[in-house]
Amino acid sequence: MSYLPLLGILVVIVGFVLRFNPLLVVTVAAFVTGLAAGFDFAAVLAALGKAFNDNRFVTVVYVVLPVIGLLERFGLQQRARALISGVKGATTGRLLLLYLALRQGLSALGLTSVAGHPQTVRPLVAPMAEAAAERQGAGDEDTREEVKAYAAATDNVGLFFGEDIFIAIASILLIKGTFETYGIVLAPLQLSVWAIPTAILAFLIHGTRLLLLDRRLKARAAAGQGREP
Amino acid sequence: MITLGWLYTLGGAMFAAYAVLSARDRLNPRRWGNAAFWGLLSLSFLGGHMLGDIGNGVLVLCLVGLAGFGAIGRGAPETTNDAEREAHSRRLGNRLFLPALIIPATAFFGTLAYNYTPFGQSGLFDPKWVTLILLGTGALAAVAVTMVWLKPPAIAPLQEGRRLIDSIGWAVVLPQMLAALGAVFALAGVGDIIGALAGHAIPEGNRFVAVAIYALGMALFTMIMGNAFAAFPVMAAAIGVPLLIKGYGGDAAVIGAVGMLAGFCGTLMTPMAANFNIVPAALLDLKDRNGVIKAQIGTALPLLACNLLLIYFLAFR
Repeated sequence: MSYLPLLGILVVIVGFVLRFNPLLVVTVAAFVTGLAAGFDFAAVLAALGKAFNDNRFVTVVYVVLPVIGLLERFGLQQRARALISGVKGATTGRLLLLYLALRQGLSALGLTSVAGHPQTVRPLVAPMAEAAAERQGAGDEDTREEVKAYAAATDNVGLFFGEDIFIAIASILLIKGTFETYGIVLAPLQLSVWAIPTAILAFLIHGTRLLLLDRRLKARAAAGQGREP
Repeated sequence: MITLGWLYTLGGAMFAAYAVLSARDRLNPRRWGNAAFWGLLSLSFLGGHMLGDIGNGVLVLCLVGLAGFGAIGRGAPETTNDAEREAHSRRLGNRLFLPALIIPATAFFGTLAYNYTPFGQSGLFDPKWVTLILLGTGALAAVAVTMVWLKPPAIAPLQEGRRLIDSIGWAVVLPQMLAALGAVFALAGVGDIIGALAGHAIPEGNRFVAVAIYALGMALFTMIMGNAFAAFPVMAAAIGVPLLIKGYGGDAAVIGAVGMLAGFCGTLMTPMAANFNIVPAALLDLKDRNGVIKAQIGTALPLLACNLLLIYFLAFR
């Protein structure tokens, strides 16, 4: 077996580390890999084109952007902030914890596209989390960055460790299909019940980190006040 | 029947509008680059099925060329400023949330109705893509409601959409490109090579090490491929099936389910999973492209350790 096709992985790692444009890195890596494995230029080009075309469904979710932008024009983010500033006891950590539970629960029911980065995180969750942080007294630039990053992270964790509880999700069907080629026959339900322990642990671990984030914000706010004259 | 193709047509029309509006945006010094980029993407959505594999490949190279050599800028569509938004927000109050909630509500209740009521027998939607199609339907409904209610200029939804899509920029197609790279990796047999390497790395008779290499290999290979779906068949073939299930007699359901989730921990830690990690950073205007990944590592690593132990203890009860 030749190890040459692994050169493509090296291209990816070096390209990302040197911060070249990722589209360029990925394309070069694809050609290095394909040519190293003995395929000609046209074959690699065709494989790239076919897969790009087959995966358009990943990008089609942006049809929600016009309405999100339209509502931002009328102050949706400001409204999301105002709503949270009015809720007693609302903190960034608690708010994101609630969103984590919601996202994980919906995903476990197979409703993965109901929430997501364009449709819920940018217009609602991130501004709400920022407003909560401001209420906690931590509204500086670095904190805002961190809070927004946590909002996106919480969406991902909720999605990844909720969806496998649903029996008809692609990953469960892939496991079933893979094992069947070795003569191991499993029902989707057998697989999805074993996703539950990890789902609970993911909620506990990420939830703890969200509450620790609250603590950090509190400490930061206290330190910030100390500096004021 | 409404299929994914219907949604592609909607997306293609939207990107075509962005292309035209970009070309007319004199405030963007790179307006022709933007127009070409969104125009090509529009072509892909409207006519990708007719271009053939090589045609699509050439289209990909053009997109990459435009993005890779800095031909794309950020447009400056007409919109409201912060003070105006604050005033609108105060005037409209919490009713402003209602159009935003139309999208998730349509997707949620629509999917439930389609799966659990006679509506599902109507065959109106392609059953494989119900939620995604409903998401598009909800977006259209929300635009309609907002237009009727708030009466912005007719071009506003497209200009606002362009404002957001330009803020994401070329990263819009990165997830599709990484999927394409995955396809080339599969074609070149990269998975088999890595699987063979992982298989060699295991000392005989040590069950814990075998489990550890399986779980960590899932995470690591997922980080390289950006997708646990690409890693799973490889690690299953190299270690999961021959060693853990057939060799040590482990429970296949645990090894499959938790192994996949160990891969998902890898997804949280890699820029290759662009739609989860890189695109949101752009969408939220983060200064650090890797900001989302950094916020996730603290969850991913302990959870990966948990998954390793779950397989070790639950698969060999």
